[in-house]
Amino acid sequence: MIRIENLTKTFGRKTVVDNLSFNVERGEVLGFLGPNGAGKSTTMRMITGFLPPTAGRVSVGGHYVVSDPIAAKRLIGYLPESAASYGDMTVHGFLMFVAELRGIDGDARKRAVNRVVDLCFLDSVLYQSIDTLSKGYRHRTCLAQALIHDPDVLIMDEPTDGLDPNQKHEVRNLIREMGKTKAVVFSTHILEEVDAACTRAIIIDRGRIVANGTPEELKAMSEAAGAVTLAVRATDAALLAERLGALPLVARCEAVAGAGPAAVRAYPKDKAAAPLLAAAVIELAEREHWRIEQLRTEEGQLDEVFRRLTLPDTVKK
Amino acid sequence: MSNRSLAHIRAIAKREIVSYFGSPVAYVFLVIFLLLTGFFTFTVGSFFERGEASLASFFAWHPWLYLVLVPAVGMRLWSEERRSGTMELLLTMPLTVWEAILGKFLASWLFLGLALLLTFPVVITVNWLGDPDNGQVAAGYLGSFFLAGAYLAIAGFTSAMTRNQVVAFILAVVLCLFLILAGFNPVTDMMTRWASPTVIETVAAFSVMTHFDGFQKGVVDSRDLLFFLSVTGFALFATALVIRNRRS
Repeated sequence: MIRIENLTKTFGRKTVVDNLSFNVERGEVLGFLGPNGAGKSTTMRMITGFLPPTAGRVSVGGHYVVSDPIAAKRLIGYLPESAASYGDMTVHGFLMFVAELRGIDGDARKRAVNRVVDLCFLDSVLYQSIDTLSKGYRHRTCLAQALIHDPDVLIMDEPTDGLDPNQKHEVRNLIREMGKTKAVVFSTHILEEVDAACTRAIIIDRGRIVANGTPEELKAMSEAAGAVTLAVRATDAALLAERLGALPLVARCEAVAGAGPAAVRAYPKDKAAAPLLAAAVIELAEREHWRIEQLRTEEGQLDEVFRRLTLPDTVKK
Repeated sequence: MSNRSLAHIRAIAKREIVSYFGSPVAYVFLVIFLLLTGFFTFTVGSFFERGEASLASFFAWHPWLYLVLVPAVGMRLWSEERRSGTMELLLTMPLTVWEAILGKFLASWLFLGLALLLTFPVVITVNWLGDPDNGQVAAGYLGSFFLAGAYLAIAGFTSAMTRNQVVAFILAVVLCLFLILAGFNPVTDMMTRWASPTVIETVAAFSVMTHFDGFQKGVVDSRDLLFFLSVTGFALFATALVIRNRRS
């Protein structure tokens, strides 16, 4: 649905988006991750046709955004970062206005407004002016606006920003639901959201893609991925580490801090051999008659991957 | 222009007008406009002392009155959208920049037209007291409406340049003031000392005063109409350029 080819944007001499290429298909929820100022919003603004790209091109549903903006924009629902809406209008008036601009007429307009009001839980504030709403409601009003024409492509810039945990949960469910039939792109810097809602994630840093894959693939890039954590009652960590470290598959061991039984994490020498590691550890534990409290193969930490990929550059600046 | 374009323009214009009347802006403007026209016509313009059945003292003040009041209406057209971030929303909707510009312009022009219509008591007064040339009155109203449109387009243009309404207002006043002064008698008199008549005439041709004069005398000259329409058109075109180039 969305094709992005060599997209570049420079402001003056500063390159904000640098030769970005990726596609998003129907049925995908793409999480767009990156530190502040990485170019997430700028990219989204180019997809939605608000900013013209300096180089490269974007097509949505086969329509190039620059040469055929109206056809492309018709397919897109967009929640901007500011989640702006006309403060002097009521929620109902605002949604009716957007539906009118989207060319939804007559009874269909009322139905469309009712549908998004239900989806975004706006019933209780329908006739309040938007200025008087709390941030969460204002945000959801703008989200409702993006969904009103049941778009094929949904672009959301930090859709859960400023929401309380319950609302975040609802919005994530909504995103997952939408992702079954649409192409969804949303940016966030909350990493749990990638697990909660995405089928794929892209990490960008200073305008470049530094990682692109399913949440599992990204997590596997973590150092801890494939490591086995073992907790054993009534021993000490130093002993555990020594024995585990002697296993041929293990590269190194470290004690895991925390209350309760002694725990040690063993990192495999070779990630490909990681699946064998747990079996080897269990075998060792049986030989030593350890009373295993916990045994777990780590799937990796997204935030560690994120930091490793984006931190060096931030620190250098 | 397709039906879809018209529907977009109508939607934008409707929203704009509803938002005028949803806030005190519209009412404050209408009251001030009517009070000031009354004050200038009857007190400063000596409507009664003239002893003639015409609205000359009414229309003569319009270029000056509009100088302050029209930029006050136009200054928020785009700068408000920029400031609140709704510009991003508006420009990512499936409509063209022109549809948005025309919708907004027409809405505020209609609003100014309404303000002008509400001055009807002065027409009744002059008809009751004497026997004016109502054709001349109608021409005056037409000229005044086009004058307001030209100022409004200029205010819309300055509004598109900045997110600050005060800056937009001041820039619009200065531009409109230039359009007045270029053909204002005290200024053209002063210019005779050092400029040739051709130069003065050329400069004066850019003035709203020169072109508003005819309407006040009851003459609807196509050249005068064309002048106001081209100032309006040019300002709207410049607005489109500014919006296209200053998306941020």
